[in-house]
Amino acid sequence: MSAIETTRHRRNRGLWIGLALPGAIWLLVLFVAPFYVMLSVAGGGVNEFFQTVVPVWNPLHWSSWNLSAVWHDIFGPGAFIGAPALRTLVYTAIATAISLGIAYPVAYFVSRYAGPRKTLFLVLLIAPFWVSYMMRMLAWIDLLQQGGFVNSTLSFFGLPGNTDWLGGKSVTVILGLVYGYIPYVILVLYAFLDRIDQSMLEAARDLGLSKWRTFWHVTIPLSKPALIAGTFITALPMLGDYYTNQLLSGAPGTTMIGNAIEGQLDSPGEVGQGAVLSLMLLVVLLIPMIYYVVSTARASMENA
Amino acid sequence: MASVAGESVTTSPPEPAQVTMRGRVRGNPWRRPWGMEGFTWLYIIWSIVPIAIAVLFSFNKGASQATWQGFSTKWYVGKGVTSVLHNPSLHHAVIQTIVLAGLTTLICVPIGVGFAIGIDRWRSRTSNGLNFLMIFSFVIPELLLAVALFLLVTQGLTFIRLGTPAEVAGLVVWNLSWPAIIVRARLVSIGHHYEEAAADLGASRLGAIRRVLIPMLLPAIFASAVLVFASTVDDFVIVEQVSSTSNTQPMSVLIYSNVHGGLSGPALNALATIMLVVSLIAALIGFVGYRWLSRGERTKGDVEALTAVAGI
Repeated sequence: MSAIETTRHRRNRGLWIGLALPGAIWLLVLFVAPFYVMLSVAGGGVNEFFQTVVPVWNPLHWSSWNLSAVWHDIFGPGAFIGAPALRTLVYTAIATAISLGIAYPVAYFVSRYAGPRKTLFLVLLIAPFWVSYMMRMLAWIDLLQQGGFVNSTLSFFGLPGNTDWLGGKSVTVILGLVYGYIPYVILVLYAFLDRIDQSMLEAARDLGLSKWRTFWHVTIPLSKPALIAGTFITALPMLGDYYTNQLLSGAPGTTMIGNAIEGQLDSPGEVGQGAVLSLMLLVVLLIPMIYYVVSTARASMENA
Repeated sequence: MASVAGESVTTSPPEPAQVTMRGRVRGNPWRRPWGMEGFTWLYIIWSIVPIAIAVLFSFNKGASQATWQGFSTKWYVGKGVTSVLHNPSLHHAVIQTIVLAGLTTLICVPIGVGFAIGIDRWRSRTSNGLNFLMIFSFVIPELLLAVALFLLVTQGLTFIRLGTPAEVAGLVVWNLSWPAIIVRARLVSIGHHYEEAAADLGASRLGAIRRVLIPMLLPAIFASAVLVFASTVDDFVIVEQVSSTSNTQPMSVLIYSNVHGGLSGPALNALATIMLVVSLIAALIGFVGYRWLSRGERTKGDVEALTAVAGI
């Protein structure tokens, strides 16, 4: 920067701060402050008579009462949060793996081979992105109900067609998660794969690598950032999901950690424990989230 | 491009390589990958057909969501049945969704654009921290933010009432990253030159932003506005946590709370179809608007406009 530009930049600083200020205030008041309230509720107590929350604003006076209650619910005898927590991990892992498994070939095909039909394929891939999540779940509720299309198709082929798909089946919930989140994975993978330099692959083939070895030694390493981003894009919201399983099963055998948080927020006297549980989930997710945020910020710096 | 390069490979294969390398070139390496194309079509069918069936059943004559009993629009406008037009809670949910999406877009986009410009040009430790915070708000699971917002408006800032005010406040912070990220990416690719040229030619600070920068950012601003609108229509978690009475429940919450019992049946499909149409109109406006605003620029045409309104 030349001296003139530096002074101009400095002179404009007030303007830049002024432009950023409304958004910054919004973020501080409605993103940072809410989590401080959450801490104050988690470290606070309960009004014994009304069973209402009594937040404690001074961190020095925070109690560990709610924390030990939640700890007891997870690890102690009669624990009821351990199973949903474990289930959340299993569901998320399986659903993320299936999503990536389906999304990768689709995104790879469209970014590399669609040619002049790319616009058509993109329209079709983006379409579900514009359909609301509720609509997509409702569609499967229609299909999977007793006497719905899935069961009648099964019985048409002589298979048992009276399965109660919506009566608490893990398979249904995982299918719902995959169906709900896969449009985002595909778009993210497409965005990354589309930027891969084709000449790298051509070079590998020209130098004699077979199709599969090119894929394994060149394409896969080049698509690592895409796979990482795709994993985050699906796994993070899935870990906080509580509605997919409610809609497609509603049975206690398929509850996830989000349902436990919901349940505690709805029961009088347990709001503080809901806050603790939310904070625990946040702490567990903090490391992957920071990793993702830092790598995203670094990527945008490199582009600058 | 690939096919042109491919022909040169297939017509003159690298002979020595075939002898020395283990992986031999067999057949035409640039042939159409039928397997992958078939798989892609299967995925597309799987992703779209269930939705099409759900839309179809919103026009069912009977009350079933599984057996087709003839065409009718009674679940939309019919009298004497729970139709979207005549059932007050369904009717109200449509209005609430539009109100929330409109208000959120109107507040979120200007402050998000200002935030993006400010952060990008300010360049300091504070702006880096704020940028970090903004991206963080993008990746956090929505449930955690929703619970925190619920606690904020019930325990802390109780002047933000549960219902529409809390819903809009939460939706704005949750969607702030759309304009912030998209506009910032565009700012980075524009660079400083145009503003500097404008300043050298005598434009004032605000004049350079208003007459040079904003017009160049317009496609990005427009795309992010459409995304904010559509993602608010779709939003469920935050609005469910901070809505109060049934009067402040938008379509998504109403569908969720009525799927098992309550107002089930094709009226819910009708409501979902209305949501779909609202989103698709937004998408269409986004696509056409983006193409119009970026006319005269060297763009990748339809593909760029499509990816822009999908936020990628």
